[in-house]
Amino acid sequence: TPLTDREKKKVIRDMMMLVLARPPRSCNFLQWRDLKIVYKRWYASLYFCAGLEDKDNELLALEVLHRYVELLDKYFGNVCELDIIFNFEKAYFILDEFLMGGEILETSKLAVGVSMEEADTLQEEEKEQEEVGKTDKERFACGRGLRE
Amino acid sequence: MSPSVPLQEMIRAIRSARTQCEERGVIQRECAAIRAQFRQADNGGRSHNLAKLLYVHMLGYPAHFGQMECVRMIASPRYSEKRVGYLGAMMLLDEKQDASLLITNSIKNDLSNSNQYIQSLALCTLACMGSAEMCRDLAPEIDRLLRASNSYIKKKAALCAVHIVRKVHDLGELFTKAARSLLTEKNHGVVHGAVVLITELCERNSETLERFRKTVPDLVQIMKGLVISGYSPDHDVAGISDPFLQVRILRLLRILGRNNEAASDAMNDLLAQVATNTDSTKTVGNAVLYETVLTVLDIKSESGLRVLAVNILGRFLLNNDRNIRYIAMTSLQKIVGTDHNAVQRHRGTIVDCLKDQDASVKRRALELSLALVSASNIRSMMKELLSFLSSCPPELRSQTASGIFNAAERYAPSQRWHIDTILHVLTTAGGDVRDETVPNLIQLITNTSELHCYTVHKLYRALLSDISQQPLVQVACWCIGEYGDLLLTGECQETEPVQVTEDYVLDVLETVLQSHMSSPSTRGFALTATMKLSTRITENVDRIRSIVSIYGSCIDVELQQRAVEYNALFKKYDHMRAAVLERMPVIEKNSQGHTNGETIKESQTVKVKPGEPQQPANQVQANAAFYTVFSIVATVTVYEKDGVTVTLSCEKQSDSGLTVTLTASNSTESDIRGFTLQAAVPKSVQLHMKAPSGDSLPARGTAKLKTRADMSEVYETKVSPVTS
Repeated sequence: TPLTDREKKKVIRDMMMLVLARPPRSCNFLQWRDLKIVYKRWYASLYFCAGLEDKDNELLALEVLHRYVELLDKYFGNVCELDIIFNFEKAYFILDEFLMGGEILETSKLAVGVSMEEADTLQEEEKEQEEVGKTDKERFACGRGLRE
Repeated sequence: MSPSVPLQEMIRAIRSARTQCEERGVIQRECAAIRAQFRQADNGGRSHNLAKLLYVHMLGYPAHFGQMECVRMIASPRYSEKRVGYLGAMMLLDEKQDASLLITNSIKNDLSNSNQYIQSLALCTLACMGSAEMCRDLAPEIDRLLRASNSYIKKKAALCAVHIVRKVHDLGELFTKAARSLLTEKNHGVVHGAVVLITELCERNSETLERFRKTVPDLVQIMKGLVISGYSPDHDVAGISDPFLQVRILRLLRILGRNNEAASDAMNDLLAQVATNTDSTKTVGNAVLYETVLTVLDIKSESGLRVLAVNILGRFLLNNDRNIRYIAMTSLQKIVGTDHNAVQRHRGTIVDCLKDQDASVKRRALELSLALVSASNIRSMMKELLSFLSSCPPELRSQTASGIFNAAERYAPSQRWHIDTILHVLTTAGGDVRDETVPNLIQLITNTSELHCYTVHKLYRALLSDISQQPLVQVACWCIGEYGDLLLTGECQETEPVQVTEDYVLDVLETVLQSHMSSPSTRGFALTATMKLSTRITENVDRIRSIVSIYGSCIDVELQQRAVEYNALFKKYDHMRAAVLERMPVIEKNSQGHTNGETIKESQTVKVKPGEPQQPANQVQANAAFYTVFSIVATVTVYEKDGVTVTLSCEKQSDSGLTVTLTASNSTESDIRGFTLQAAVPKSVQLHMKAPSGDSLPARGTAKLKTRADMSEVYETKVSPVTS
């Protein structure tokens, strides 16, 4: 059953407090309500957290978090926090090529990279085609909004 | 109206805001602009506006006005807009929102799109937030995609099917065939998805589970392929080929091998191979080993394999990595019931983990240590547990204390050890013990009559040093009240006797009475104890009298009532005082629900009308009446009206019950016929009434009717908190 917006916010807040309170060099697992929380600290101020059910493998979850960071790194080239913040939608798209519905979707790093490339290309090509199809007037009028 | 800024500029502006207020201002302006843009007709910047809104949503601000825009964008022919639109749907919509229904049609269309990336967007969204209706609607489409498409779509369709099965269990039937055939594919992503789907189907339906047992050989084959295959750059993680898939297969094997000899046999060799050949220097290898161990321990594996698995856990316990130690203990906890001896071998390491810095590790170590306590190791384990108690984090104290009590109760090598242990816990962690500790301890003490002297000495000394731990103080007061005379004799076999005078003892009790640290119930204990001493000491009875009369005007109603009744005991009922306050009898040993010594004591001071049914709150008092009042008074008249008199006399009294005789007589001028006597007792007492000697009462008391009744106490399974 889906949670309400308020419940979601509370979950995020509660979990954040728990994870941020952990001293350094402690175990990466903690128990919260009926979930096991696995977290990994990256880049001093960035945390990746996952909530697992009882039957899930915690050590594998650590590998999943690790893999996701690797995917981000490959895509952005030496990823840093700002990359994720300013391109959050890309971070989500990458996540959607790696996991789905809470399960691992693709186990090959390469395959995820290829999918992202192709999808981005599709987007670029579409934009180009639209540019070609426009009149000069339209192009200049929309130009400001399209510029990133 | 301010022009809308590109996404990245907005993010920059929000991040550079120096206060919450400034941030809110920026966001409000942006949202206003976005709203305006949404209202306009199709323009080039739609996806950027939605993306901005999603960013704002991530920060925690309301974004529900973007829901319809998501719907519109999903329906757009442009891929860029679909991409952001579907992302928005996953972030902003869930099955409770009305707007989610509107995207069903778009999803349906997109599932059949010629471009796989558009298909994938639809699949992803359905798997993320698809409602039960949407799932039912689109399930056949997903099944089609499972069979007749490329690997990219197949793997996504598989996980989408998993979501559908979770939402609508019955639809599992639909996917069974397709799932089976997907196992034979080469693509790891597809195989992984198939394994997850099969796992889900088997967990939901036992018939399906039976059918899928046939796949065990295939799964074993696939696993073998992964384990012995050479380096594959695509799937390699630190030397292990596709650990994610390996772990998933192991998990499925676990489900298939559970409770089934044949299946377990078929996977035995494979599991042994994985257990011995997997490199355990990195986390990833340990992840696979961990899953293997879980599988071995859950299926019907042969004993050699089981030993291997437990040994792996033992190795994990010694690993430097805290995470590994943690999960080792979690796994050992699961098997401590079934493979107790195997786990016992690692007891030393587990107990060492009690001293680990990490709170999660400590907690696991505590649970496991408590499970490993047995008759043979009780003394050494208790030493460890008690030392843990004095230094453990506060959130674990209550659990540790009750664990210690349970262990002590089950395996105490001697009574004295038991009492010592409980006292130790009360001095170290008195504030964290449960309520029933006090009555349980009192019961234990009364039952250990040979140690009364020892116990009261120990408690007296404890009281001298610290009166802040309430449970300890309560038990100590009770003991001093009961066995104060043993303190004053100045002799004790088991321990160094104290040389005290009556004044000193009364001083201690008075200190407790007057201390601001004492809770109201503790003071009640102290007052009653003081009163009891009036029959155990010889010289200072007057002092007691004056203490008692002072508290007759105490603000606390409970104390006041007690004091007033004790006063009455001194004045009007002085002849009863000795009997009322005499030593408590040994209480029947029983688990919860038993009234404790203190409450029985308590109700002696209340004037009880015996035999009448009482409300539950007074059950205890009625019991007390049976045990004590009847021993004092021989016959009591319980009913006297219209010439009919019924008296009740006690014939036999034992630890387990009471036999009384009810005698009815008739002093009127005419006979009474059809006389029946009915008695009611409170719920905690069982009544057996024997047949009366007749049913007519002749006139003028010429003859009497006798009825015998046996009463015994019934022990309830639940008890409301017992107060002093």
